[in-house]
Amino acid sequence: MPKKSVRQAINEALRQEMERDPTVVIIGEDVAGGQGGSGDVDAYGGVMGVTKGLIGTFGPDRVIDTPISESAIMGAAAGAATTGLRPVAELMFVDFLGVCFDQIFNQAAKFRYMFGGKARTPVVIRSMIGAGVRAAAQHSQCLHPIFTHVPGLKVVMPTNAYDAKGLLIQAIRDDDPVVFLEHKTLYDIEDDVPDEAYTIPFGEANFTREGDDVTIVGFSRMVHIANEVADKLEDKGISVEVIDPRTTSPLDEEAILESVERTGRLVVVDEAPPRCNLAVDVAALVADKAFGSLKAPIKRITAPHTPVPFAPTLEDAYIPNAGRVEAAVHEVLESGGRAAAE
Amino acid sequence: MAEIHAVIVPKWGLSMEEGKIDHWYVEEGEQVSEGDDLVDIETTKITNTLESQHAGVFRKLVAEEGETHPCGMIIGVIADAGAADSDIEAFVESFKESYDPADVAVEGGGPEPETIEAAGKRIQYVKMGEGDGTPIIFVHGFGGDLNNWLFTQPALSEDRVTYAIDLPGHGGSIKEVGDGTLSNLSGPLRDFMKAMDIGRAHLVGHSLGGAVVLSVSKEAPDAVASVTAICSAGFGGDINMDYINGFIEGKRQRQLTQTLGALFADKSLVSKDMVDDIIKFKRLDGVDAALRTLAAGAFAGGQQAETLGDQAAALGDRLLVVWGEADEVIPSAHAQNVSGGARVEVLSDAGHMAHMEKSADVNALIVEHVSAFD
Amino acid sequence: MQLTREELLEAYRRMKRIREFEERVNVEFSNGNIPGFVHLYAGQEASGVGICMHLTDDDYIGSTHRGHGHCIAKGCDVEGMMLEIFGKAGGLCGGKGGSMHIADLDKGMLGANAIVGGNPPLVVGAALSAKVNKTGRVAVSFTGDGGSNQGTTFEALNMAVVLNLPAIFVIENNGYGEGTGVDYAVGTKDIAGRAAGFGMPATTVDGTDFFAVYDAMREAVDRAKAGNGPSAIVTEAMRYFGHFVGDPEIYRAKDEVSKLRDEKDPLAIFRNRVTEAGLLEASQLDQLDREVLAEVEKAVEAASAAPFPSVDQLETDVYVTYP
Repeated sequence: MPKKSVRQAINEALRQEMERDPTVVIIGEDVAGGQGGSGDVDAYGGVMGVTKGLIGTFGPDRVIDTPISESAIMGAAAGAATTGLRPVAELMFVDFLGVCFDQIFNQAAKFRYMFGGKARTPVVIRSMIGAGVRAAAQHSQCLHPIFTHVPGLKVVMPTNAYDAKGLLIQAIRDDDPVVFLEHKTLYDIEDDVPDEAYTIPFGEANFTREGDDVTIVGFSRMVHIANEVADKLEDKGISVEVIDPRTTSPLDEEAILESVERTGRLVVVDEAPPRCNLAVDVAALVADKAFGSLKAPIKRITAPHTPVPFAPTLEDAYIPNAGRVEAAVHEVLESGGRAAAE
Repeated sequence: MAEIHAVIVPKWGLSMEEGKIDHWYVEEGEQVSEGDDLVDIETTKITNTLESQHAGVFRKLVAEEGETHPCGMIIGVIADAGAADSDIEAFVESFKESYDPADVAVEGGGPEPETIEAAGKRIQYVKMGEGDGTPIIFVHGFGGDLNNWLFTQPALSEDRVTYAIDLPGHGGSIKEVGDGTLSNLSGPLRDFMKAMDIGRAHLVGHSLGGAVVLSVSKEAPDAVASVTAICSAGFGGDINMDYINGFIEGKRQRQLTQTLGALFADKSLVSKDMVDDIIKFKRLDGVDAALRTLAAGAFAGGQQAETLGDQAAALGDRLLVVWGEADEVIPSAHAQNVSGGARVEVLSDAGHMAHMEKSADVNALIVEHVSAFD
Repeated sequence: MQLTREELLEAYRRMKRIREFEERVNVEFSNGNIPGFVHLYAGQEASGVGICMHLTDDDYIGSTHRGHGHCIAKGCDVEGMMLEIFGKAGGLCGGKGGSMHIADLDKGMLGANAIVGGNPPLVVGAALSAKVNKTGRVAVSFTGDGGSNQGTTFEALNMAVVLNLPAIFVIENNGYGEGTGVDYAVGTKDIAGRAAGFGMPATTVDGTDFFAVYDAMREAVDRAKAGNGPSAIVTEAMRYFGHFVGDPEIYRAKDEVSKLRDEKDPLAIFRNRVTEAGLLEASQLDQLDREVLAEVEKAVEAASAAPFPSVDQLETDVYVTYP
């Protein structure tokens, strides 16, 4: 099977869906780039080059460069979605979604409910999340908890190229608004990706490692850190299960609960700041529904409650790393609380 | 100068990059013959036994159990008893020095799958080997693909061209399967032979693929030199619908691991990669519908829709029937239904995937069978 | 004048429907029969109807929190609307939306919108659909003087020009944004000039004069359908009621509304024009008045009698599929 990067996989998903369905359009700032300039069109193909080449095939009516107007991009995508298109809106950095929250939260997410189930809003909002490229406070956040919180939105966080293609095709075919969050440090990671189109259902977690001693639930880039820890500890005879939920809304609660019921120990890793993030959400889920299985307190590994800093020393300290996750695994393994009480 | 041979990590299948030494069957100093079991090697997909390609003394165990090495790397040495220890040491050293994983990736990478439009339908296949022998075509079963033959196809490709194909609805082939009855699979196989200009071939089919090759031998008798039917459909009514339905409906990794256990006598052979690959296959556009249609067409009402007992009789001794005794998908008792002069072999400690679980035995049977009818 | 007698009758019927509907909602709300809060459109009827008389069910409109009039002008079912405003199960949105979220997508009504400046970007999207899918439809955004101050509206105006979309922005200047006057809150005397500044033709008309609105809209529709891009129309017509029902309206002079009702009643203006020109008989219009009154009465009776949605509807309609 051919190796493709996350970037290529997303491009291929877009291309295949645009070929299959003439109502699929891409809209955003510099999704082609170069319009109105003195040089070439398709100069950017998205700020990360993800949509490069698509305008050549599908033309400017379907690969739509816009002004820098997040509200208009998002609103146009939502409005087009209710009237016969399947737009994929690109909003570059998730931080910029602050400009157009209304169009996402109050409009796209709510049409179906407030219109009594009569609206369909098949829009995909692509955006980048994550620290790690020295982009500082307004280009580095992980805001998936905010979107996850809003009923009516689905939230997807692919961690590898195979998942990126299958989840994006699913997102495009899905009839609800989907926020598709790509971690900016993962674009070049390669994986076996089928040439054919395929879909990965939402709410279906991926067990990236199977183990019996501890469960680690990670999100987005944190899955890779969890895998690294699992592989390291396997050599030391500690069997770590790693769950990548793939989507935070819907969340595969069954997979998480089933795993914790087996292992009795849980570490959750989320790159978002600590309050009301997915680590809290998963910890609460397990405390509520699998408390009896727990052999140790749940550990949450997250970023601190600060904006993302710029200086390399500070940013490196900000991002949860393998050392912290490994320490947490040891901590839950060594905790004798429950066993001692019995 | 005494002959010194390296035992290396083999490359089983296109995606294998490394193997883990699971268990050595031989000790240093032991005499080995060609075909003797040497070592169990675990890949991410499955564990298989490496057999000796040489006769001699197993002089040196280079890689201990539990170690993982890339494909092509030396893990042991077979040589004459007369070879000096220093020569053996030097051989190992020079092998390791000249080892380049890139060479293995290219040389040992094996052929890539190709596709052909056969009567307008895309069929994916992998071609191996060269030689004058009548070609062999391998046909997988329900839910399988050409990779099911990873331990078989290379062994049969020493003196002939062989093809492993993806049936319609499977792998990289077209996902259109008509009403799901057998002719929707046997027709495209004949079309494939025409498109590839294969006038006559040995057909080896597994499970539903066994019924497919039996059908082809009925529809186009002149094009078929011999038939090998492994754990095959077509010899009775029973089919484990719990397996079929579990395969179709299964979405979660652990759930499918459970389901796929029915394929092997040794359940531990179901690896995470094997399960992940099947989940990935099932997600391809058109596959879910194809599998459901095939199940409804080939196993309507929970029974095999078509039995091909008459064709077994017509083939006579040109038919080889192989079964894993512990087959939980199609009972090995069906082997008793095979009439006429067919050779019937039931293998102990093997389940439905007998050609993967007992590849050496199955390969030897096929070699013998095709040689007799070339 | 290009309107047929039938069209004139239809225009009057819609305006009258809006008037009677809003007057009755005011009464029903004041009597405690309607939950939440409502914003009424009475006094601005000629604006919504003058615009929507050019549209079919295939064309789109986006509306505001003051959306009843736009719904009726676009052809939404009056009884379904009344049920919705009462929060009843048979309402246009099953009682889940209420006054501020009435939508009827089959009629091209993309929703009232409780966010000021919420719909212009959405209407850009509807116009984009029309352009990409080559349907020949137009999409109309109704917003107000208040909405004309919102950044979303500015973005939408610009985007519509940049993408050359069949969008029409109708900015209804009714004198107040909530309790603050236009003269205070809008930095220009020329709201149309704002739209023009983004590069589209923009005109200002008397929003109590159906014919003035109708004529301006014809130009805008022709332009949009010819592929020549968006236009803006500012209609000026004061609302008869407060920002919401129950608004004490201390910010308005005591006689402002009574003068409006006497001098700037879009229905009276229309009636005089068509009867003086001999286009319609007063008796025809009287007959329509009676029909509309009965229609609204029937809608209120139905809404009063209808059940509220059952609690099992609480968690439905959030998603098309979930997970």
